[in-house]
Amino acid sequence: MVVYLFLLLLAIASSGFLLGRFKARAAGVGQDVKMHSLDGYHGWFVAAWAGIPAVLLTLLWLLFQGPVIDWLLVGSLPANKVQAIDGGKLQLLVSQIKSVAAGNIFSQPEPFVVEAAERYNRWKDIASWSLFAVATVLALVGLLVARSRISPRFRARNGVETIMSGLMIACSVIAILTTLGIVVSLLYETLRFFDRVSVVEFFTGLNWEPQIPIREGQVTAGGAFGALPVFWGTMMIALIAMLVATPIGLFAAVYLTEYASARLRDVVKPLLEILAGIPTVVYGFFAVLTVAPAMRTFGEAIGLNIAPNSALAAGAVMGIMLIPFISSLSDDAINAVPQSLRDGSYGLGATKGETITKVLLPAALPGIMGGILLAVSRAIGETMIVVMAAGIIAALTLNPFEPVTTVTVQIVTLLIGDSEFDNPKTLAAFALGLVLFLATLVLNVIALRIVQKYREQYD
Amino acid sequence: MTDTQSGLLSSQHDWSSAAARKRVKRRYAADRRLQFYGIGAIALSILLLGVLFSSLMFTGYVAFYTTKVALEVPFAADQFDKDKLGDANYRGIAKTAFLTYFPEVTSRAEQRNLVKIMSSGAPYIIRDFVVANPDRIGSTVTIQVPVSDPFDQLYKGVIPRYIDALGQDRIALFEKLQRRNVIKIEGGKAFAATDIFVNPAEIPDGDITKADLHGMVREGFAAYYPKQTSRAYQEILAEDASTQVLRAKIEAEPGIVGKTVTLMLPLAPAYDELARTGASKIVNPRFGDKAEFVWFDKLISAGAISTPFTWELFTNADSRYPELAGLAGALSGSFFALLVCFLLSFPIGIATAVYLEEFAPKNKWTDLVEVNINNLAAVPSVVFGLLGLALFINTFGLPRSAPLVGGMVLALMTLPTIIVATRAALKGVPPSIREAALGVGASKHQVMLHHVIPLSLPGILTGTIIGLAQALGETAPLLLIGMNAFIPSIENMGLTQPAMALPTQIFSWADSPERGFVSRTSAAIMVLLGFLVIMNILAVYLRRKFERKW
Amino acid sequence: MEHQVVEGSKPVTVPALDPTITARGVNVFYGDKQAIFDVDVDVPRNAITSFIGPSGCGKSTFLRCINRMNDTIPICTVTGDIRIDGEDIYDPRLDVVELRARVGMVFQKPNPFPKSIYENIAYGPRIHGLTRSKKELDELVEKCLEKAGLLKEVKDRMNEPGTGLSGGQQQRLCIARAIATRPEVILMDEPCSALDPIATAKVEELMEELKENYTIIIVTHSMQQAARVSQRTAFFHLGKLVENGDTRQIFTNPSDKRTQDYITGRFG
Ligand SMILES: Nc1ncnc2c1ncn2[C@@H]1O[C@H](COP(=O)(O)OP(=O)(O)OP(=O)(O)O)[C@@H](O)[C@H]1O
Ligand SMILES: [Mg+2]
Repeated sequence: MVVYLFLLLLAIASSGFLLGRFKARAAGVGQDVKMHSLDGYHGWFVAAWAGIPAVLLTLLWLLFQGPVIDWLLVGSLPANKVQAIDGGKLQLLVSQIKSVAAGNIFSQPEPFVVEAAERYNRWKDIASWSLFAVATVLALVGLLVARSRISPRFRARNGVETIMSGLMIACSVIAILTTLGIVVSLLYETLRFFDRVSVVEFFTGLNWEPQIPIREGQVTAGGAFGALPVFWGTMMIALIAMLVATPIGLFAAVYLTEYASARLRDVVKPLLEILAGIPTVVYGFFAVLTVAPAMRTFGEAIGLNIAPNSALAAGAVMGIMLIPFISSLSDDAINAVPQSLRDGSYGLGATKGETITKVLLPAALPGIMGGILLAVSRAIGETMIVVMAAGIIAALTLNPFEPVTTVTVQIVTLLIGDSEFDNPKTLAAFALGLVLFLATLVLNVIALRIVQKYREQYD
Repeated sequence: MTDTQSGLLSSQHDWSSAAARKRVKRRYAADRRLQFYGIGAIALSILLLGVLFSSLMFTGYVAFYTTKVALEVPFAADQFDKDKLGDANYRGIAKTAFLTYFPEVTSRAEQRNLVKIMSSGAPYIIRDFVVANPDRIGSTVTIQVPVSDPFDQLYKGVIPRYIDALGQDRIALFEKLQRRNVIKIEGGKAFAATDIFVNPAEIPDGDITKADLHGMVREGFAAYYPKQTSRAYQEILAEDASTQVLRAKIEAEPGIVGKTVTLMLPLAPAYDELARTGASKIVNPRFGDKAEFVWFDKLISAGAISTPFTWELFTNADSRYPELAGLAGALSGSFFALLVCFLLSFPIGIATAVYLEEFAPKNKWTDLVEVNINNLAAVPSVVFGLLGLALFINTFGLPRSAPLVGGMVLALMTLPTIIVATRAALKGVPPSIREAALGVGASKHQVMLHHVIPLSLPGILTGTIIGLAQALGETAPLLLIGMNAFIPSIENMGLTQPAMALPTQIFSWADSPERGFVSRTSAAIMVLLGFLVIMNILAVYLRRKFERKW
Repeated sequence: MEHQVVEGSKPVTVPALDPTITARGVNVFYGDKQAIFDVDVDVPRNAITSFIGPSGCGKSTFLRCINRMNDTIPICTVTGDIRIDGEDIYDPRLDVVELRARVGMVFQKPNPFPKSIYENIAYGPRIHGLTRSKKELDELVEKCLEKAGLLKEVKDRMNEPGTGLSGGQQQRLCIARAIATRPEVILMDEPCSALDPIATAKVEELMEELKENYTIIIVTHSMQQAARVSQRTAFFHLGKLVENGDTRQIFTNPSDKRTQDYITGRFG
C-alpha cells in the first residue's frame, strides 16, 4: 500500500516535471520574450511542489497513524474491561487484539476482543485509504498551483533553489534532532524507572539483581537495582584497557614519529589502521576464543585461578582495540609540536631520547591527554567485547582475575529479547544508558576542548 | 664583568674525561632504551594482530569444507505424490538410503544411533532435490549430505575420539588409592576395595528399598580421604553401580547388617580407564559410544565420505545444526540494512555538509549544529540502539528486528562520518573554480551542483564507503533493536521482515555451544572481514584514482 | 588635505565619452576595515579602461563590485551607487546571476573548469539558456574560440580537458568562456600576470579586437601594458581614486603628484 502510494507520488511528481517543462517551453516560444529560467527549472519547480508536501504528509501520517489508532482502540474498549487492569496488561491486551486482527487466533478470544479487532482492522483500512486520497489530492493541487505560476518572468530557478536550501537546512537539523531524540527518550524512560526504583538506591546500592519475576510465582530474586557494582566493573575494565593501550600506543607513536624511517612508517601505520578497522564483535570473539583460554592456562601454570570471563581478559582485549586509537591521536599531538622546539633541543646537544622525553612529550601532553580521555570514553562505551568476554553478574571486587560486569553488558542483557517497556528491568537499561551517555559526553567535551586549545596554541 | 663569571665561562669542560664519557654513554643508553620500547610496542601490536588473524584462520578454515556422505537414493515412483512432492516420507528415504551402508546393523536401537551420524538436515536436502528435479523420480541418484556436527568435526580433526577426562589434581587423588593398593583389576574392569559399615540405623524397618545405600557407600569411601575438603574424590566411584553392588550383597547376606564388609566397588569410566591403561582416555562425550566410531570408519573405508567446499555457508540460512548453518540470511539482512543506511545517510550527509560548509551563516545556530555533529560521532553505539528501540520501535511502532530500523539507526551513526568527509572534500575544491563559475553567471546552487560537488565526489564517496564499512561491523545497536532474530529460512527477506545481520550472526554463533559453531563463527568473521577489506580497498582506490593536485 | 586633492581632481575625471558604467560614492568594507573610500568613476563604452595602483590599494575590490562578486564574501559590504547603462546593479530586485552573465570576468590565474575545452565554453550559454539547439551551441563555442584566437590550436582537441592547455592558452580559454555568455562588459583582473611575454602579447591582441564590441576593464601592474592597450586609465591609491582620465594624458601629464610618483616608479 505505502509502496504504491510512493510510486504514485513519484509518478505525479515526474509528470509535474514534464508538464512544467512543456508549459515553460511553450510560453517561451509563443511570446518573443526571454524566459527568466531554463525550462528544466520550471519542471523541477512543479515536480517539487507536487512531490515534497505530499511525501512529507505521508511520512508524518505514517508516524502518527499507529499511536493514534492504538489510542482510539484503547478508548473504545468497554470501560469495565479496561479499568480492572493496569498498564502492562493493557499493552498485552492491545497486542492480543492486534494479533487477532492479523488473523492469528490461538485460543478462543473474548467477544469484546474480537469486536475490537474488527474495529481495529476497519480503522486501519479507513486510515490507509484516506491517506492515499489526501496525499494524492495534495500532490495534484501542488502540481496545478505550481504549474499555473509558470510564465516567462517567473523566477523558477530561484524557487527551486529556495526549496533546495530548505531541504538542506532540514537535513542539517537531523543532527540536532538525533541528539534531542537520544536525550528525550533516555530521559523519559529513566524518569519512569525512577518512579519505580529510588534514585538513591540506583546510585549508591551495592546490590544489582535486575532479574525480577516476569510471571507470577516464578522463583527469582525480587530485583535489586543498586548500580554501583556495575559502575565499578565498567571502570575496572576501562582501567585495565587503558593500562594496556596507553603505554603501547604512546611508545608506538613516539617511535613512529621520531625514530622510524618513512618506509617503516608506511608499513606500520596501515597495519595499525587495520587493527582500528576490525569490528568489535571480532575482538569479542578473539577474547573468548584465544585470549581468555590462554590466560587461564597461563594462570593455572603459575597457580592462579583466572576466571574464563575475567575482567583482565576483557580489559586486555579492549586495550588491544584502543592501541591504534591512542597511537594515532598521540601521533597527531607529537607531530603538531613545532619543528623549532625540536631544533632548539637538538641545538643544545640533546639526544633524540632527551628531546622526546624532556621537550616533545611535555609539549604534546595536552594533546595526548585529550586522546587518552577520548579513549577512556570509547572504553566505557564499548559494548561487544565486554558482552562476549566479561561477566553478567555484578560483583564488587578488586581482583582482576574475577568476572565483573559493565554498564553496556547490562544494557544489552536487560534488553535482548525483551520488549515490554513496563517493568523496571527494561527501564533500568535506559537509566544505565543515560548515565553512559552523560559520562561519555562529558569526557568527549573535555577532551575535545583540550585538544582544540592545544591545536590553537601551535597554529 | 667579575672574575668569577669570566672564569665560569672560560673554564673548558673536559669532554674527554672518563666521567664525561660515561655520562654521554649513559645518555645514549637511555635513548636506545626509548627506541627499544617503541620497537617493542610496535612489534607487540603487530604480533597481536597476527595472533588475531591466525587464530581466526586456524579455527575458521575448516568451516569452508564440509564432511559429506554420499547416499545412493532410489527414488521409487510410488513414494511420491505428483502434486505434493514436498510431503513424501523423506525421513524414511534418507534413513533407508543411509542404512544400506550397514546391512549388518539390524536392531532398531542401534539403527537409531547409527542414523545420528547423518545430519538431521539430510531429509530436507533430499526433499529440495526432488522438488527441484521431479524428472529424476524413478531413477537412483547419488546425493551428498553432510554428516552431523560431531563427526564433521571429528573427520576434520578438530575434536578427538577420546579425551583425557581427568586433570592433574584428579589423577593425584586417584594415585593415592593406587599407592595404597586399593585398586584391583578383575575381568578387564577396575574396582576399589572399600570397607563399608552397613549401618542398621540407615535401614528403616529393615527395608533395603528405603535404605540410604548411597550414603553408606560414600561414607565408606570417604575413609580414604579423611582430610579432603573438596568433594572431588566422590567422582571416582561409579556411585549407582556401587550401590547396586552393596544392595546385592545385603540381599544375598542379610546377616551383614550392622557389620563392616569389604566390597569391590566399580569405578567411574574415566577412572576405570585410568586404572587399567594408566591414562584416563574416555570416549569424547560428544559421541555416544565406541560403536559409532566403527560405523564411521566403515563409511570412510567404503569411500562414501568426501569433503567438498561449503557452498552452504553462503546459500543456507541460519540453522540450529552447525553443519547446515549458513550466512545467506545474515548477508541479506546486512545488505538491506546497509542499503537503507546508504539511502538515508548519503543524501542527508551531503546536504548537511554542503549547507554547513557553503551556505550557512556563521552564527550560534550553526555552531550548535557543528558541536552536535562532533559529539554524535563519539556517542557510544549502544546508545543509538537505545534510541532506535525507544523511538523507532516503541514510539513510532516500526517493526522489531527489521533491516529498515537497523538501517535507520546505522544511518544516524554514519552521518557524522559522511558529513566530516564531505566537508573536507568540499574544502579541497579551490576557490578559483567557484569564482570561475560565478563569473559566468552561475548561481551559488549551480556552482555547487555543476562544479563543486562533482569535483569533491571522490572524497565524499571515500568517506561514505568508510562509514558504511563501519556500519557493516556495528553490532550492539542491532542487538538492541532485535536484529538477531533466528531466521531458519531465506524466503521472505525484506525491509520490514525480521532478519539477522552479519555481525549479529557472528555474535549468536559465538554464543552457541555446538563445537561446529566455533569454526562457523571464525568463517563468518572471515567473510565479514573480507567485505570490509574490499570496501576499504575500493575507498583507497577511489582516493588514489581521482586524487587531484590543484 | 588629501581629500581636497581628490575633490580637486574631479573635473578632470568626468569623461566626455558615452559612459556604460557609472559609479558614485562607492565604499567597500571588509568587516570593520574599509577598503574603498568614496570612489566615483565612469567607464566608457567599447573601450579599454585600465585600473592601476600599488598593491593592496583596492583595484580588485572595486573591480569585483562591478559584477557583485563581492557578494560571495560574507564580511564584505558595498555602499554607493553603481549603474550599468543606467540600471542600478545593487537594486535588490536585480538578479545577480543575470548581472554576472552580462558582466563577464577573467581572473588573475587562469581557472578553467576541470572539464573538456568544449564544456568550459558551453557551460555559460547552457545555464543561461542562450542557445536552442546543439548545433547552435556548437557554433557558438567555435565562434568564441575563434574570437579568442584559440580555435586553430584546439580544433582537434575540443574534448580534452581544459586544464591540459598551456597557461596562455588557458587564459585565452577563460576569455572565450567569458565572452560565450555574450556579456556587455568584461572585467579582467591582472589577466596576464601568470603569462610569459608571448602569451601576454596574444591576450593583448585579443583585447584590442574585443574592444570593438565590448566594454573592457583591466587591472594591471604593468605601466607598459596599461599604456599599450587602454584608452582610459584610473589610478587608485590607498582605496581612493586619485586620478581618472585619458591614458595618454595620465602617462604624459598626470595632474596628481602621487600618480606621477607611481608611474615613474617612485613607489608601489
Ligand atoms: N576577502 C577579504 N577579506 C578581508 N580583507 C580583504 C579581502 N580581500 C581584500 N581585502 C583587503 O582589501 C584591500 C584591497 O585589496 P585588493 O585585493 O582589492 O587590492 P588590489 O589592489 O587588488 O591588490 P593587488 O594588486 O595586490 O591585487 C587590501 O587591504 C586587502 O587586505
Ligand atoms: Mg588584486
